[in-house]
Amino acid sequence: MELTREEEKSLNGEHGESLQTAYRILSAVGEATDAERLVPIHWAHVSGVNYNTIGDAGEEFLANLSKNAKFKVLTTVNPMGYDKDSVEKFGLDENFIQKQESIRKSYTKMGMTASFSCIPYEIYDLPREDTQVSFAESNAAIYANSIGHLKTNKESAFSALASAITGKSPYSDLRKDDSPNMSISMKVQDPNELTFGLLGYFAGKVADKSVAISGVKNLDKRCNKSLCASMGTSGSCGKFVLDDNSNASEKVDFDEKEMQNVFDELNTADSGDLITLGSPQLGLEEMTDLAAMLKGRSFKKRCLIFCPRAIQEQARSLGYAGQLESAGCELLSDCCTCLTPLVTKKDVDSVTTNSIKGAYYFKNSNGLDVNLKPLSEIVSDETS
Amino acid sequence: MTQKIIVQGKVTGKVLKSNQPINFLGTIDKKTGEIIDKKHDLYGKTIKDSILIFPNGIGSSVGAYTIYSIKSNNVSPLAMACQKVDLTVASGCALANIPLFILEPDEYDKIKDGDEISLG
Repeated sequence: MELTREEEKSLNGEHGESLQTAYRILSAVGEATDAERLVPIHWAHVSGVNYNTIGDAGEEFLANLSKNAKFKVLTTVNPMGYDKDSVEKFGLDENFIQKQESIRKSYTKMGMTASFSCIPYEIYDLPREDTQVSFAESNAAIYANSIGHLKTNKESAFSALASAITGKSPYSDLRKDDSPNMSISMKVQDPNELTFGLLGYFAGKVADKSVAISGVKNLDKRCNKSLCASMGTSGSCGKFVLDDNSNASEKVDFDEKEMQNVFDELNTADSGDLITLGSPQLGLEEMTDLAAMLKGRSFKKRCLIFCPRAIQEQARSLGYAGQLESAGCELLSDCCTCLTPLVTKKDVDSVTTNSIKGAYYFKNSNGLDVNLKPLSEIVSDETS
Repeated sequence: MTQKIIVQGKVTGKVLKSNQPINFLGTIDKKTGEIIDKKHDLYGKTIKDSILIFPNGIGSSVGAYTIYSIKSNNVSPLAMACQKVDLTVASGCALANIPLFILEPDEYDKIKDGDEISLG
């Protein structure tokens, strides 16, 4: 990758340690992805905010970096470990809270916009078509490329952080226009959001950078988010296009059999001790939709709903938050299902959810069994 | 034998080879360097002081912090080598200063688990 003279100076440390670190990251990423140069980006969304995922080494790294690094562009951040309003209900230890607060402080010092959300695309107005951004959260990167008409690599926590500090990113992969070389034919009838989650997980495994999907028309928000999140979990694919006439060289089917295989990999229980909705966090549309589905009904088990702070406030002023709470839901903001420290083996053995991404991390990181169901079935089975 | 150097370094060591991609978040214990995903072909093994060879990284963007953490916790591999390098592995190794290589396809296929090799 070619650097300008100024970029070269930064890489050599002439503009301080934090810029040098950032350019070292961008250079490695540029080499790995065959980028020829860096391009300006206009919005960074960084991951690596939850103490549960980045640990002590991450917390110390950020504390050190924030001594002199400043974000150069709008920088939104992923969820952290808990919602301050309800943290005392979950029995987290002092050390966790202290380290989490240190991480928050470091990002504040560098100039973050305190979104604590994995769905920045539902909180902020999207810039005009084809704007270059750097989104680390995988569901948000795939959403930006596939639905938001923006351009981003499927960034890592560090590459997006380096973009936030420099305002630049390697011009590689998905920043250019290229057509997918793999096409998946969706054959499953009457799909719901869980079906699209299973399809996304399958697609992430078989596709490389981008994928075409045929046989699908007009997805609603819930299905779109489910597809983006699961695709980001299982692979490195960062974009999908709905296209019945793709000229991709490789074509595969996604039928009942393929769907069942993915389902059997992730579903390990017939029921859950607790219900979680989110990963990605719920947007306003999903909250109002759920409030309508729950009219006159109430959950028989604990049900945690993860949503951004800004969305919870809107839902509260419109009356939907109250309706959800009356139906037995607990609303949690600034955090999400994915690698949550709030749901552990100490309290439950299994979780019911409609999130494929949530299921993957509950299983692998929290060591819990998972019962997968679409939202409609969760409501019909778990409420009365 | 290397097609491309992503993060520089010279190493000699024993190969730990996986046929499956790795999602560093959720697959590796950042304190011990052990593979904790029961469905992974390296389940139960530790990546510490190995030359870790795997097709490519997948999944979470936060896996880059896991790579940085295993280095800080002294349980990192001596180097990593892949068929293709995704942004998570590239940026994690760059920050942690773990040598990282893309191998020629023939070489990648030839190297076996347990081989003693030198890279860089």
